[in-house]
Amino acid sequence: MIQDLDKGRGLNVEENLLYEKSATGACGVDLPEPKNIKLRTGMDARDHVGLPEVSEPQVMRHFVRLSKLNYAIDSGLYPLGSCTMKHNPRLNEKVARHAGFAQIHPMQPDSTIQGALEVIYTVERWLAELSGLPHVTLNPAAGAHGEFAGIMVIHAAHAAKGKPRKVVLIPDSAHGTNPATAAACGYETRTIPSTKEGTVDVDAFKGMLNEDVAAIMLTNPNTCGLFEPRAGEIADALHKAGAYFYCDGANFNALVGRVRPADFGVDVMHFNLHKTFSTPHGGGGPGCGPIAVSEELGRFLPVPRIVKEGNSFKRIMDDKDSIGRLKGFNGQFGMAVRALAYMMSHGGDGLKQVAEDAVLNANYILSQLKSDYHVPFPGTCMHECLLTDKLQKEKGISTMEIAKTLIEHGIHPMTVYFPLVVQGAMLIEPTETETKASLDHFIQIMKMIAKKTSEGDVAELQANPVSTPRKRLDEVQAARNPVLKWTKNQ
Amino acid sequence: MRYLPLTPKDRADMLTAVGVKSIDDLYACVPAAARHSERIKLPAHQGELEVERAITSMAKKNLPASEVPFFLGAGCYFHHIPATVDHIIQRSEFLTSYTPYQPEISQGTLTVIFEFQTMIANLTGMDIANASMYDGATATAEAVLMAKRITKRPNIIIHGALHPEYREVVDTYISNYPDMKIVSGEPDANTSCVIVQTPDFHGVPHKLDALRKKCDEAGALLVVVINEILSLGLLPAPSVADIVVGEAQSIGVPMSFGGPHLGFFACRKDYLRQMPGRLCGQTVDKDGRRSFVLTLNTREQHIRREKATSNICTNQGLFALAFTIHMSLLGEIGFKQLARLNHERACMMADRLGKVKNIKILNDVFFNEFMIELPVDAKATVQKLSTSGIIAGYPLEGGKLLVCATEMTTEADIEALAGALEKACVSAKAKEVA
Amino acid sequence: MSKIIDSLKYTDQHEWIKLDGDIATIGITDHAQGALGDLVFVELPEVGRTVKAHENFAVVESVKAASEVYAPLSGEVIEVNTALSSTPEVINSAPYDAGWICKIRISNKAEVAALMSADAYKDLAA
Repeated sequence: MIQDLDKGRGLNVEENLLYEKSATGACGVDLPEPKNIKLRTGMDARDHVGLPEVSEPQVMRHFVRLSKLNYAIDSGLYPLGSCTMKHNPRLNEKVARHAGFAQIHPMQPDSTIQGALEVIYTVERWLAELSGLPHVTLNPAAGAHGEFAGIMVIHAAHAAKGKPRKVVLIPDSAHGTNPATAAACGYETRTIPSTKEGTVDVDAFKGMLNEDVAAIMLTNPNTCGLFEPRAGEIADALHKAGAYFYCDGANFNALVGRVRPADFGVDVMHFNLHKTFSTPHGGGGPGCGPIAVSEELGRFLPVPRIVKEGNSFKRIMDDKDSIGRLKGFNGQFGMAVRALAYMMSHGGDGLKQVAEDAVLNANYILSQLKSDYHVPFPGTCMHECLLTDKLQKEKGISTMEIAKTLIEHGIHPMTVYFPLVVQGAMLIEPTETETKASLDHFIQIMKMIAKKTSEGDVAELQANPVSTPRKRLDEVQAARNPVLKWTKNQ
Repeated sequence: MRYLPLTPKDRADMLTAVGVKSIDDLYACVPAAARHSERIKLPAHQGELEVERAITSMAKKNLPASEVPFFLGAGCYFHHIPATVDHIIQRSEFLTSYTPYQPEISQGTLTVIFEFQTMIANLTGMDIANASMYDGATATAEAVLMAKRITKRPNIIIHGALHPEYREVVDTYISNYPDMKIVSGEPDANTSCVIVQTPDFHGVPHKLDALRKKCDEAGALLVVVINEILSLGLLPAPSVADIVVGEAQSIGVPMSFGGPHLGFFACRKDYLRQMPGRLCGQTVDKDGRRSFVLTLNTREQHIRREKATSNICTNQGLFALAFTIHMSLLGEIGFKQLARLNHERACMMADRLGKVKNIKILNDVFFNEFMIELPVDAKATVQKLSTSGIIAGYPLEGGKLLVCATEMTTEADIEALAGALEKACVSAKAKEVA
Repeated sequence: MSKIIDSLKYTDQHEWIKLDGDIATIGITDHAQGALGDLVFVELPEVGRTVKAHENFAVVESVKAASEVYAPLSGEVIEVNTALSSTPEVINSAPYDAGWICKIRISNKAEVAALMSADAYKDLAA
């Protein structure tokens, strides 16, 4: 495979693995020589570890070259529906790196980390204010982990009443983490159908509500980019039946600072700090998935918890009503610092503007493309709009080709083939940090694709991408014959 | 507002294009009861200067390890991070990219994950490793659930001292499965797995051959937990295990008050389809060029939904990168050297503390962490020492104290600790006598 | 138009059944393999396992989807197509022949009446 190196052109690099550059005796650090004392480990020293041997300049060059093979929000529009790829302010990175945050240990005495507890407490108060739900925990490590916490809290609440229930209702448009989480908490999931307007079929839902139902898991705005207009009615029905309203807050960017989920009856919700609150996606993580719960459910929150006593903060490490501990230490503290900088920078007024601009940007795109693409749910949308490939399919162009053509034109595709309930779905979320010019450019490319397709000029579209570091990959081979690490004789 | 590019003119033009009079029209679908943004009471926006000042003042209320003699380990370790690491992880293309779902434009991230998986597999002596987990505690819980899926048995045995927070997280995860429980005793036909942390929470490295034999006889899986990954540079690889999980924070990841850290998950290739988390695999593109892609996605929640191996979606992406960079700098030579250096500092500390009257060194064997016993209450002693600028370690029950030394620990640090402990023990003895 | 074989029986979950006395050979239809795409893995049931009609007893996986396969009839699994472990793509190229998944010794002949004829399945797979 090393022969590929000669295919690099200009600034377009080919880069192989560090293991393939390894040379015996090279090292990228200078450490004091060990004294070769007698070991007190009780066992023989490790023999071979299996790491490459390279110098520092090689390491720097390798990763810098690899970075050139990546698209990022800093590079261009990233309209991934339900991912909220907004600008990641660097102030957040700066403050998180302060030694007072980066070099403190979670098990230091409380008196030596009061500032850390203050950060967590402050972020909790902001999330409580934004959601209308008074009790918050920052412990969950990601959105799915927050869902896990939220459903466990609901489970504990039912158990405390002496009536553990068995079923969670989930709309068919939900993200896969919802049923996966419900199953992980021991619940059976039942699917609520959607109406042809793309929202929950409330009558069907009411028909499914009985004493066995513990909760609904509802994403609002939903995965079709629409606000559930009868959310209040859903909440009332749930509460009457003694069940709880879990709101998946992945799409909170449409509501932040403008609508409090508690006001439409939510009991538990999770946030994705790496979506709504700009903590960077880092190529796949870390995330942070806090949850906020109603007064009634506060006592079930996981540990540790932060309490304020006078002017100082204390950690509660265990509590008999708590669902227990979800992860080691204190959650993704570094992400909480970043989120706090984001929140303080925007303020309440700025956050409200975030939601409004996000919603306006998505609607603008919808208004400009609705004559070129099939819109499954006509009308306005929230912070993301949904199109399908229905009009283009007849000419041999599917959502896949549209996505790959966007890539060819230097724009990351929107979310594709999700939600699953809509055939050929394209979910577009521009976010509020895009200029109108950026949106117009995206619209222009999409219109070009639609025009070419309607004229039958599809060969180029079907071949895309051709200018990227790699063309379409053989994913079937990757799954049939998994090769998950480098070995010398590959 | 500096992060919001739309101008008032943009907004007006776009509202016209959308065909509505005001932004409120786009929120008309929200129930009236929820259209009260005035209820949200938060401070107004602020500039960079003000925000930086406010948050920095919070940072200054904390006592960082870099400023004091520091001896806390217990699953989160104070190690040196070379400058190159932080520089690279701040590159836009790594920091601000998403999960690599479009492989044509994310070969950077995917190549790094492949290198990470290779390193973890080699370090642990396992066939395969995934793209990382939230942390060591949740990785341990996921390993327990995986063992149950494979063996279909309910019982879990813990051998030796498991980190108490890891134990709590396992308890939380298994509480959702009424038949699963942690039991004591020897593995039998009801045992899904035996968990052994090495070095364990008391710093003791464990030999695994005897446990392996017992697990084979009972048909149970051997799950090894490693939360000081640097130990794998001096201690043998746990290649007799079925699953190896743990915490890789020691390499490239700051302590950061406990998160974000870097869980890892590795296992034998027979269990590939039962693994949770993301996996990156090698393939070729249309032109036959070697490429990397997220694979075996059908295990995961976005496809398998309620039948997924786990609900996990995210990995710890950026910190898997940090680990890979740091490991690349260390390499075969440096990693082993660093491990030895840690052990030497711990030996030096054991020798010096052993000379303090009335302090007992409880471990015969250790890597970079061990327990000592004071003649006074350890918790009170740690609190006292913290007010005089020494973070003395993790107090256990009674006079037991878990202390850790790394390459960051100097002779002067150790002397400061010895001196302070001496004083604390002497004054206690003096009180006794009086 | 996907291929349908007249002599076989079908279910509304896109499985086909070939009956030979009390042995039923089972697979997935051409329509099903087309919808799934290139198959990468098949989770086969254990030989000797007793299944009830409509019980999920196998899984076929492509890159983007995983589909449950349901036992069309109750009985005992007596043989599985082990070739699928190394070459799952056989189901794509020959869903009705070499791509068979397993054989069941059926325990309740009355259940056979509930299976769909080729004609009835044609409407479903259209």
